[in-house]
Amino acid sequence: MTPLLEAAGLQLRFGRITALEDVSLTLWPSEVVAIVGESGSGKSSLLRVLSGLQRPDAGRILYRGADGSLHDVPALSEATRRRLMRSEWGFVFQNPRDALRFSVSAGANVGERLMAAGWRHYGRIRQEVAQWLARVEIDPARIDDDPARFSGGMQQRLQIARSLITRPRLVFMDEPTGGLDVSVQARLLDLIRGLVADLGLAVLLVTHDIAAARLLAHRIMVMRGGRVVEEGLTDRVLDDPQHPYTQLLVSSVLAA
Amino acid sequence: MDAVRPDPARSAAAGGYNFAYLDEATKRMIRRALLKALAIPGHQVPFGAREMPLPYGWGTGGIQVTASVIGPTDVLKVIDQGADDTTNAVSIRRFFARVAGVATTESTRAATIIQTRHRIPETPLSEGQILVFQVPMPEPLFKLEPRVRESTRLHALADYGLMQVKLYEDIVRYGEVATSYNHPVMVAGRYLMSPSPIPAFDNPKLHMNPAILLFGAGREKRIYAVPPYTPVRSLDFEDHPFRPIRAPHACALCGSTESYLDEVIVDDRGGRMHVCSDTDYCRERREGRR
Repeated sequence: MTPLLEAAGLQLRFGRITALEDVSLTLWPSEVVAIVGESGSGKSSLLRVLSGLQRPDAGRILYRGADGSLHDVPALSEATRRRLMRSEWGFVFQNPRDALRFSVSAGANVGERLMAAGWRHYGRIRQEVAQWLARVEIDPARIDDDPARFSGGMQQRLQIARSLITRPRLVFMDEPTGGLDVSVQARLLDLIRGLVADLGLAVLLVTHDIAAARLLAHRIMVMRGGRVVEEGLTDRVLDDPQHPYTQLLVSSVLAA
Repeated sequence: MDAVRPDPARSAAAGGYNFAYLDEATKRMIRRALLKALAIPGHQVPFGAREMPLPYGWGTGGIQVTASVIGPTDVLKVIDQGADDTTNAVSIRRFFARVAGVATTESTRAATIIQTRHRIPETPLSEGQILVFQVPMPEPLFKLEPRVRESTRLHALADYGLMQVKLYEDIVRYGEVATSYNHPVMVAGRYLMSPSPIPAFDNPKLHMNPAILLFGAGREKRIYAVPPYTPVRSLDFEDHPFRPIRAPHACALCGSTESYLDEVIVDDRGGRMHVCSDTDYCRERREGRR
């Protein structure tokens, strides 16, 4: 088996601030890797660099496409990057407002990637969209509703349906449960876990929520000050943290 | 640089104005944009639109294009919503009669250049004719993607899924593709183009038209074109095919059941009649020349 995404020696600086310092990462097909750390630790920068939104100052990122071809991510042409972003990659942002179009119906939001992929049959698009709404636990009868009238949790599920409908191979998630209340978070995590397992998705999950990482991730990378201070299997890292910062992070989780 | 110098004889004929109002350097710049537009069908070419002696929205783009392609032997026709006798059409026709001294006509067949607002004449155009459209908003994606930088990029990458989303949304809301005018088209299988707000009824006339179709947007400073015999396809869904919309009536004056109709209110008791929007076509039919 070959890795889906492979990065080595990533460096990124903003002036005097170091965002990434010698970060390396390998993501295998159908694997969920969580990147945890405090605000400003470089985890969101890492996600932006890995998805080609930001060029690193140094380092190498290789993505293996569905057709077996190897892409050098920082050197991708705009056209290829956009094609990957709407076919093989998916994105789930913390704020659904960054991803959804509020001027069109929920169904149009979910169906957009299908239409971008060349679907031109209204009936079949509707059918597929309705199926996906049901899959993310939104009543398909609400297909024509305005997404602005959905609750925060529903908007987040709509965003998930929108990015998974074309069955991407790699999904980048940035704090997918941030800003939701605890019970909604739990349901959403459960939903994501089910979808990830069903579809065999590879996921890079950025979060500061240790519980979310434990529930979803196979492996964890702990970041601080732009460096990876510890990485390993989720249970190992969380139950037996080695690095002092990881120990602090794990011990600061409130037990309910 | 001979061409840039105004011809004194022509200026005199135009009552002190340079021939066709614009100075020669401006015409040359616009012609360059037109050539580029014809070379890349459907692609919007920026140009330095000048202040014209009429307000934006009254056809400043169309007038500048006409002024740049018109010559002393041309015969000009101007229509506004198909009609030769409305204020906009009469004013622009008189403008060119005065500043270029060209012959004008109301006949589609007799014209070599037709400037139009929102219609394509019913009488089929022929090779050698030029149709100049006045365009208020050249960007077909502007309601969906407000950032010009981004929409330019979408054109460059032929990334038009967004437009399909809008058509989808129309069907959701109105049960059919509800753009009865300004229905977006794909030109030569490459560029998405706004046909200027012509009725969807006229869209099929863009396809493989033997005339040169030029589009000028003065306020937005864009020129685009469809060269003769270019395939132009209206966007649609397989199960909701594009269909030109026409009021299901006959013209009250000439009886045509094929032309595009205007609904005219004739009294204050709800009386109304449908008449051809193309006045020249209607007159020809009534005079029995068809």
